[in-house]
Amino acid sequence: MRTANVRSIVVWTLVALIGATGWSVLALSRGEDVSAAWMVAAALGTYAIAYRFYAKFIARKVLRVDGTRATPAERLDNGIDFHPTDRRVLLGHHFAAIAGAGPLVGPVLAAQMGYLPGTIWIIAGVVFAGAVQDMVVLFFSTRRDGRSLGQMAREEIGPFGGAAALIAAFAIMIILLGVLALVIVNALAASPWGTFSIGMTIPIALLMGFYLRVLRPGRIAEVSLIGVALLLLALVAGRWVAESSWAAAFTLAPSTLVVWLVAYGFVASILPVWMLLAPRDYLSTFMKIGTIALLALGVVIALPTLKMDAVTDFAKHGNGPVFAGSLFPFVFITIACGALSGFHALISSGTTPKMIQKETQVRMIGYGSMLMESSVAIMALLAASIIDPGLYFAMNAPAGVIGTTVQNASQVVGSWGYQISPGALAQAAQRVEESSLLSRTGGAPTLAVGVSEIFSKVTGGSLRAFWYHFAIMFEALFILTALDAGTRVGRFMLQDMLGNVFRPFKNVSWKPGLAITSAIVCALWGYFLWVGVHEPLGGINQLFPIFGISNQLLAAVALAVCTTLLVKSGRLKWAWITGIPLAWDATVTLTASWQKVFSSDPRVGFFKQRQVFQNAIDSGKVLPPAKTMDDMHTVVTNSTVDGVLTAVLAVLIVVVIADAARVCIRHVRRPALSTLSESPYVESKLTAPAGLFPTRTEKEEERRAAVGTAAPGD
Amino acid sequence: MRPSVLLRRAIKGVRWYVRELTDESAYDRYVTHVRKDHPDAAVPSRREFERMRTDRQEADPRQGFRCC
Repeated sequence: MRTANVRSIVVWTLVALIGATGWSVLALSRGEDVSAAWMVAAALGTYAIAYRFYAKFIARKVLRVDGTRATPAERLDNGIDFHPTDRRVLLGHHFAAIAGAGPLVGPVLAAQMGYLPGTIWIIAGVVFAGAVQDMVVLFFSTRRDGRSLGQMAREEIGPFGGAAALIAAFAIMIILLGVLALVIVNALAASPWGTFSIGMTIPIALLMGFYLRVLRPGRIAEVSLIGVALLLLALVAGRWVAESSWAAAFTLAPSTLVVWLVAYGFVASILPVWMLLAPRDYLSTFMKIGTIALLALGVVIALPTLKMDAVTDFAKHGNGPVFAGSLFPFVFITIACGALSGFHALISSGTTPKMIQKETQVRMIGYGSMLMESSVAIMALLAASIIDPGLYFAMNAPAGVIGTTVQNASQVVGSWGYQISPGALAQAAQRVEESSLLSRTGGAPTLAVGVSEIFSKVTGGSLRAFWYHFAIMFEALFILTALDAGTRVGRFMLQDMLGNVFRPFKNVSWKPGLAITSAIVCALWGYFLWVGVHEPLGGINQLFPIFGISNQLLAAVALAVCTTLLVKSGRLKWAWITGIPLAWDATVTLTASWQKVFSSDPRVGFFKQRQVFQNAIDSGKVLPPAKTMDDMHTVVTNSTVDGVLTAVLAVLIVVVIADAARVCIRHVRRPALSTLSESPYVESKLTAPAGLFPTRTEKEEERRAAVGTAAPGD
Repeated sequence: MRPSVLLRRAIKGVRWYVRELTDESAYDRYVTHVRKDHPDAAVPSRREFERMRTDRQEADPRQGFRCC
């Protein structure tokens, strides 16, 4: 029995106390100013405890990670995609791959229910579900030469469950792209500064691509520096453009932006990778990591005060303007990526397992990266909670609800109990040099206002508008990259599916097939984008729940695969490690799907909504927020599509879970019938520490290994 | 340790990390790999290698995919 030394007992008791104090203050203070420091303390304290104890327990006792077993990176090393990568570098790679717009947008929208429900779910969710999923998927994929989630589903559950998982993944990808594009449109509409600087990222990326292809191949660091410098120049120049006679050319209506974005998605996805995608990706990764680091620093230095209520009335009554529905299940659906994200399973299987040096590192890479992502979500929630709640609701409620004038908005938001004068609303827009901030739904503009608030506390208020547009640029940059990369992945899936019907599609470099499938994928997400922009009830309000549901359903697939694998690999008694998160996630998500399909509240249930509007059409009436009969028909069509889609997704996932349950039960009854496709054991010759800092034994091991390799020479 | 030594070591560390994280070191790594495991094979030039790398990404876009 190992005994803990006094020092570590003291240290961990202190960490626990800090976390507990943070939680107590957040939970108990009502109606008084709460510093963001407590939120930070609660988060960091909990992460540290979870990483040190729960993650270690899972790695050792449940997964039984084996440091002597060679990973695919070591066995199949080809110097390109399979190669043992230093754990600190891989942590950066993996984090940059999983962190995107999701954890920034979801928590901002969830702030409508107050900061407390969001904080609790982001932290508890990541500790018990999100980080566990990422780590377990990473572990099992590492044991299978870096198989993707879809392949594992097919091999371990069966062709039926596998096919359902594949179709679900494709549908989810389309919804994701549509919603992300909608976030961009809402952030850039009628904003010449933003539109100009985002538009400039295209020539900058082309230039970088040319530089890397022709002038100096492979010099990524220097070209990224050039790119970032040009990017900042474009950002500053955006203000000049907005103040010049060119402003009109860059002041675009939402429907114009839709056309531009879909065209961009199509063209970018058929251009060679080196031209646009690769350089864009360097740029957005650079900006992403830099801005997140700056934001963390800004939060710690400025330690702003939370202005949002801990729990708002909307949480109790489920009638919020940002998204409809009660706290359970919709707060969990809305936060999505920051706490538990199905998409991470696609990174944890596939890319990262081919680079990991040691099985013992799955805790640091899988669990650790997800804790970092969760802290990004906490920062986003924090940024949304430090701005005036009146401004928050004016920015996030659809125009159909609060109208288009500051007077009207001030009055409506005031009727919800959040007082803000028309003057204050106008001034908030003026301070970030935007014409209006009303109904800037989608989360990005709210986050940008919060970020500019935090940064200008550090740098002074004169830079506020710059920081606002900096934050918009930072989000828009990687959303545009995601549109391009996501269209390619969607196309790849579609080529594979169509290839079963018409053979040439299987050949991924067959040009006509490439163009056709790219066009189909763009048309599909473009449809949701178009609908989102023209939806009288508010695009984000209607579509974001579907996005959240689909992401959480993908997580259910990943957790079902993990649970099946735990059962089949003789870890039945530990199956609850992913089984309980699966049960929770399935309950939350299927409840949400159920309500979205069957609820009798027209704000929540799509078919009820359809019925209400259809009845009004039949009797020749126009219901607000619709203004014309055309609007009425739009609502009817959209709610039908949304309702059917939600139902289909839910059914697909039920199929996957049921199939997984069948395989598990069969394994428990007759283990001889199941097969486990794990790669055979090969002894590892590498030595590498498991955690960020090597322990004393690991240092000694490394020293011995270094001597060992030097010895044959003499 | 003298501050100048510490500083030099810190700069070296940052440079190493940036090169690894951006995958600028991919070519060097590949050359080492080819020399060690396939001594008879020809070593591609940096230009050829970088082209091969983007072509691979082109063929399977799931490589290096980013999340939401």
